[in-house]
Amino acid sequence: MKRPVAVVGVGQTRHASRRADVSIAELVREAVDRALLDAGLEHRDIDAVVVGKAPDQLEGVMQPEQFLAGALGAHLKPLIRVHTAGSVGASTAITGVTHVASGLFERVLAVAFEKQSEGNAMWALSPKMPFTAPLVAGAGGFFAPYCRAYIARTGAPPHIGPTIAANARANAARNDYAHLREPMTVEDVTNSPVLWDPIRYLETCPSSDGACALVLASEETARKGPRRPAWVKSAASYAEAMWVPGRDQVNPLAGRVCAKHVYERAGIRDPWREIQTAEIYVPFSWFEAMWLENLGFCDVGQGWRVVDRGEQRFGAHLPINPSGGVLCTNPIGASGMLRLGEAALQVMGRAGDHQVDGVKNALGHAYGGGAQYFAMWVVSTER
Amino acid sequence: MAEPPREPIKYVDALVRLPYHYVAGDCRARYLRALKDKKILGARCSETGKVFVPPLVNSPESLAPADEFVEVADRGVVTTFCIVNIPVIGRALELPYVVASIALDGADISIHALIQECKPEEVRMGMRVEAVWKPDGEREGSHEDILHFRPTGEPDMPREGFINRL
Repeated sequence: MKRPVAVVGVGQTRHASRRADVSIAELVREAVDRALLDAGLEHRDIDAVVVGKAPDQLEGVMQPEQFLAGALGAHLKPLIRVHTAGSVGASTAITGVTHVASGLFERVLAVAFEKQSEGNAMWALSPKMPFTAPLVAGAGGFFAPYCRAYIARTGAPPHIGPTIAANARANAARNDYAHLREPMTVEDVTNSPVLWDPIRYLETCPSSDGACALVLASEETARKGPRRPAWVKSAASYAEAMWVPGRDQVNPLAGRVCAKHVYERAGIRDPWREIQTAEIYVPFSWFEAMWLENLGFCDVGQGWRVVDRGEQRFGAHLPINPSGGVLCTNPIGASGMLRLGEAALQVMGRAGDHQVDGVKNALGHAYGGGAQYFAMWVVSTER
Repeated sequence: MAEPPREPIKYVDALVRLPYHYVAGDCRARYLRALKDKKILGARCSETGKVFVPPLVNSPESLAPADEFVEVADRGVVTTFCIVNIPVIGRALELPYVVASIALDGADISIHALIQECKPEEVRMGMRVEAVWKPDGEREGSHEDILHFRPTGEPDMPREGFINRL
């Protein structure tokens, strides 16, 4: 990066299946106010605003950059919208990082949200492309075949998916903001209905209303702030085309390239040893095992074994999604930013009851589209 | 005057209906027209020789033109699939149904298609399937000209043939 960038404020809303108490603008404002308060800054201190949300069909209201400009505090400031499907929250944060790293902006507000109760996510995420048979049944319908392929390739036993889902819920119980916090056993998950074979109901992310906001700042601002910041050691996003011969959606190349990029720039040679916790985008249980491999935390085919040994649980070697992650809280557009924001909170030492001990480096990760977009950052206690 | 509602109003329904008018482009139009004659067209990359179905104007990988149209088979192999047990608004398919990735013989990328004429639990990775077309005179050059795919009864493809294909 051209110059150091730090996360100086993190704000998120209470997440729920329906936030009937607030409009979209009010929901967004709840996260923005908390992030600014956290940073000890006010709207007048912000130089530019970046906003992201997932596909417009989710709420049916287009152009959030237009109707939310006021709520975002963007009046008479540069404002842009970022759009990379489910990874958009992470891409939006990274766009904010780029703003600050360029030297053109000192303090940037990045905001992402989704209010899924106002539409129908299953419909919105079932592609209706012209001249193409509309067969994909929601995100689960798209991703279930890749979970099946992962299971067939690795010989992973069937309890791995339910184990991941139950562990996510145990983690969410420690996170006051999480949407689903009721504990559940591996047996509960196994006995829940199969929605998209092999994915069961309780292995599926919820549909949430929620927002997240981050304040990103230059070193000078970060040093003056009220608290210890999280330093962005590296941040990157990569895309891949949908129709490429030999494309591997189980272990996507763009994800591997992106992870390699952020590790190299952060000076990390062995992520398993040098990263203490990771917030990764797991909308369906099996993706936790798949991404452990894609992100280089273990060899290809070994992700399910890490889960089986419990090494990704809270208190174990590499806690994955100590916040409970996407499986417990999923306002789609905000989900990626929540991953990056939660990683920052871990580094700041302010993750509350789900704080992991001794975090120096944390990874925040999101993916979106047909496993097409990848966006990640490594944050650290040290610049 | 209407009686005031008993419950406080928390939200309102707003329906939008707007038909769009899409252009297929020459490449996709040629593919769609061929379906009328029960032919599935692909495009061969001029650099790598790989075949895209439906045809693309150029390869996203090599960036070279894919300007040679080739006919691929209307049969192939199920590389992976899912059994859908959950409805989607506006989709009139009886549950459960199977959506599969199918690598057509002669193509280098898979298509998504319905598998019918067998029980969902009988569908397997590696299973050979063939297209079931609308009858002559009813096809109109649309993706709906292929109703679904069904098992051919041929032996399954060996595991190494599909395990790393999606």
